Amino acid sequence: MPRLSADCRHMVSFTLNGAPVSGEAEPRMLLSDFLRYVVGATGTHVGCEHGLCGACTVEIDGQPGRACLTLAVQVRGAQIRTVEGLAPAPDRLSVLQECFREHHGLQCGFCTPGILVTLDALLRDNPAASEPEIREALAGHLCRCTGYVSIMRAALAAQQRLGKKTDA
Amino acid sequence: MKPARFDYVAAASAEEALEALAQEGGNARILAGGQSLLPMLNMRLARPTVLIDIMGVDEWRAVDRDGDVLRIGAAVRQVALEQDPDLARFQPLLAAALPWVGHPQTRSRGTVCGSIAHADPSAELPLVLVALGGTVHLRSRRRKRVLSAQNFFTGMMSTAREDDELIEAIALPKARTRTGYAFREVARRHGDFAIVACAAVVNGVRAQLAVGGVADRPALCELPAPGAAGLDEALDDFAWSLEARDDLHATARYRRELVRRLGRTTLEEAVRCRA
Repeated sequence: MPRLSADCRHMVSFTLNGAPVSGEAEPRMLLSDFLRYVVGATGTHVGCEHGLCGACTVEIDGQPGRACLTLAVQVRGAQIRTVEGLAPAPDRLSVLQECFREHHGLQCGFCTPGILVTLDALLRDNPAASEPEIREALAGHLCRCTGYVSIMRAALAAQQRLGKKTDA
Repeated sequence: MKPARFDYVAAASAEEALEALAQEGGNARILAGGQSLLPMLNMRLARPTVLIDIMGVDEWRAVDRDGDVLRIGAAVRQVALEQDPDLARFQPLLAAALPWVGHPQTRSRGTVCGSIAHADPSAELPLVLVALGGTVHLRSRRRKRVLSAQNFFTGMMSTAREDDELIEAIALPKARTRTGYAFREVARRHGDFAIVACAAVVNGVRAQLAVGGVADRPALCELPAPGAAGLDEALDDFAWSLEARDDLHATARYRRELVRRLGRTTLEEAVRCRA
């Protein structure tokens, strides 16, 4: 059975925002560090590193998860989506991102990448998510600047705008 | 906040995982969803020399609903059960407790058996296991054995699992007729660890209450059913018996008061939910 030695780096490949990426990682390397230091995708932020703050949340095979509670070697072959994958084009924001800007859903922006990934997945998988359901999803994130009122406002605005889009 | 070094073994079968565990023993940790283990590694509260990843073991990915128990394999993620529309019918207590386990972003990866193995005294899933009188199915290369929940949890984050054993599955009795189930929890914020969590099972005059977050492991007590005489006194005795302690989150006195009040509310809800 394959055993990856602690003292060596091992090839890790997966799909990041639709494109293949690969790099070398020791078994102990966290996905959050792999994204930031090996791939150079620094959109994913690192806060508490034990799963509480939610800043590092990325989508792993279609579900939001903590990159700091996942080893890079665990996601070999997986589909990973990060905040860098949300905007439809380099010069355009997604509807959710646009609503965050309009409704002041961020100040310092540290927690924002994780929150956007969680809400993007929620509004895609459950477009009719109720306000309590949105709150429940947001409970997995800490924001120390805005409070959550403007974040909720942005989320609800995005939900409404995305709903209209699919009706049309 | 980075893990110390370890080797990583991705087991493709139960035999491979058990073989690796037999060789490494106490130096190894089983990695399933990693939502309890990775924080321990990141904070270096655990420093295993090898991790054995079992998520590639097909036979442990199954939820078996045949017979009168729900058997949940070691690689079943919490989200898989949470999204099962039939879960509330098969086991309403588990369905009620799951949304309280961590956050959606941790339930997406965390496993049911992993939380049981971690044995945090304020965690919801060990409490459900104890409340329902479930069993833990341990397996090593040498043998298989089945322990009752009460015999499995031996103290604060410690269990009767031996170094060469892993939890292959847990089994929970399915919902019984004329039995009510309820779950309640008090925490500072939703998703935080419980200050006190209560799980009640009421069948006729028989009422059982399990409490987490107070003692060093989930505690179970048989009590008079709501409406019968002596419930308040029995709840008070139970609350004192748990030897609550003060900590950052709550005083011992507050915890005892929660056991009395939340305990009663949870039992009453179980009576109302009785099918």
